[in-house]
Amino acid sequence: MTPSATLPADPTRVTETRHMFLNMGPQHPAMHGIIQFILELDGERVVGADAEIGYLHRAFEKHGEYGPYNNVIPYTDRLNYVSPLINNFGYCLAVERLLGIEATERCQYIRVIMSELSRITDHLTCVGASGMELGAFTVFLYLIKAREWLWELVEAVTGARLTISYGRVGGVKADLPPGFAERTRKVLEQVRGVLLECDTLLTRNRIFVDRMQGTGVISKERAISYGITGPFLRGSGLALDTRKAQPYFVYDRMDFDVPTGEHGDNYDRYLVRMEEMEQSMRIVEQALAQLPGGPLNVDYEGRVLPADVMVDQAKMGQVAGFRGVHVALDPTLEGSTRGFHEAVNAGEKRAVLPAKEDTYGNIEGLMHHFKLIMLGHGIRPPQGEYYSAVEGANGELGFYIVSDGSDRPYRVRVHPPCFPIMGAVSEILVGDMVADIVPTFGSVNMIGGELDR
Amino acid sequence: MAETPDVLQTLQAALFPQHLLAVHQYRAQPTVLLKREGLLEVARFLRDEETLQFNFLMDVTAVDYLKFGKSLASAPTLATPAPLPYYMMPKPQAEAWERGVSNDDYRFDVVYHVYSSVHGHRLRLKVPVATADPVVPSLTGLWHSANWFEREVWDMFGIRFEGHPNLRRILLYEEFKGHPLRKDYPIRKRQPLIGPVY
Repeated sequence: MTPSATLPADPTRVTETRHMFLNMGPQHPAMHGIIQFILELDGERVVGADAEIGYLHRAFEKHGEYGPYNNVIPYTDRLNYVSPLINNFGYCLAVERLLGIEATERCQYIRVIMSELSRITDHLTCVGASGMELGAFTVFLYLIKAREWLWELVEAVTGARLTISYGRVGGVKADLPPGFAERTRKVLEQVRGVLLECDTLLTRNRIFVDRMQGTGVISKERAISYGITGPFLRGSGLALDTRKAQPYFVYDRMDFDVPTGEHGDNYDRYLVRMEEMEQSMRIVEQALAQLPGGPLNVDYEGRVLPADVMVDQAKMGQVAGFRGVHVALDPTLEGSTRGFHEAVNAGEKRAVLPAKEDTYGNIEGLMHHFKLIMLGHGIRPPQGEYYSAVEGANGELGFYIVSDGSDRPYRVRVHPPCFPIMGAVSEILVGDMVADIVPTFGSVNMIGGELDR
Repeated sequence: MAETPDVLQTLQAALFPQHLLAVHQYRAQPTVLLKREGLLEVARFLRDEETLQFNFLMDVTAVDYLKFGKSLASAPTLATPAPLPYYMMPKPQAEAWERGVSNDDYRFDVVYHVYSSVHGHRLRLKVPVATADPVVPSLTGLWHSANWFEREVWDMFGIRFEGHPNLRRILLYEEFKGHPLRKDYPIRKRQPLIGPVY
């Protein structure tokens, strides 16, 4: 049989098309965070997606049940490791509400300031990393430089960059260092400059806009149904912010706006984050201006000392302080000296540890310390439960705590803000191209620490 | 937040006294204890009722009450005959909390936190579940967020959700034995090694 010059019209020789399955991750250079996407592809278009999470699971909730209330605080640092201060304060707030105590006013302001600085670092990381993944490496370097300045501030206050453990039930570990306000204002000016620079580099950049606009779209209704909160929801057009809706700390005294997008795509979420950083800086500036002195009445120059402090110091043998020579502990390392400690911690002996000076220096302080630290004593909220929500950088960060009257929490549940977002991502990705996964996933700002706990 | 008592009143007045086990408020947070049979009906009512509009299902979790109040540390003192010093005494509470059902009959509570962005109020729903039959109807048909949250509760507590489209483990792996947030799961338990063998 001679072969024909053209192929015969054979109906069985049709080119077959099949969907391709592609594993993206758990390790992938364009994705920050360990996560696996199982993608079903029709050419380059995603027709189905499934997200596998849990690679960073480290039993936070189980650990929380096995130690006293204060032992959970270091674990909360590792939840959202880009803005650990918000997690600290969220947990402390939940325990305080469960106990029915209130932190001092100065402490509330400090918490607001530190939360907002953390929010800025978080958004800087998110925007910078998304920019880098889309090729804008310069932006990443600039924003990380700005984040570095803010982390230096955090370091000056807490003594650490990430493992800060700065929150305390009923207060914070230490007061702000001297000169903090001026330093912060200066840093915020610099950060504004960097943001302006990055705004000119990104916001009207053709490449960036083309990759971001119209990708990763989620409607307002879908976002609500998925339980999404934070910048991701606000990008879809609902101005929901826990700081406004149910103010905690002293957010009700702050004047700030809640930016919203309207298309619910990656570009709107980018704009929302950029604007939120500006709003956070406004809050920090207002809080610094309003920061009250609190009950702090000790003059550290050694000139004015109230009588009771004087007596206590004499008990400790610090007679030299009366003549104007005063040794102040570094608040970032040793805990606060007494005057500072009173200013930033509630005077609630059921829950708040005494100043280190007292613990080491007099028997009452030592006993008080003992009753809060030793096994079987400690903070004992009455039987009950409380769900407290704070606005984390990614959305509503909730802590649900159940107490059975013992010194350790019976159940600590974290409502991680990026968990519902990741639940929705497999739907958001469908219909987009493979390349669009990168900006979409970048705008989710997945933080493995809080997603997998 | 001011409307929270109204929420409870609406619930009590408008619906289903046959489904409510208990209603209480603790630290200004209202809680409704529901029978399992009524969960879907009440949840749908909460979401759709004009005056309530709980459009967010914020959180689904569970609590295992197996050892509630029974730990050594939850005894008032540790073998100390003298009463607690004044600063360790619990302050008299204006409100007392109680679970509403017996811990022996119902080991688990499945806890739902719902939130209304329209009215700005929150509500906690609790569904007590017995050990022998840890099954709850799934809310995936009402809120999309229920999907992953319920998978997590299954993963951690072994409570099944009837009608869930994809009830797989989410944080742990399929070969994991047991459900770690149950109170009888030992914290130091070892799991078999899995993965490719070279």
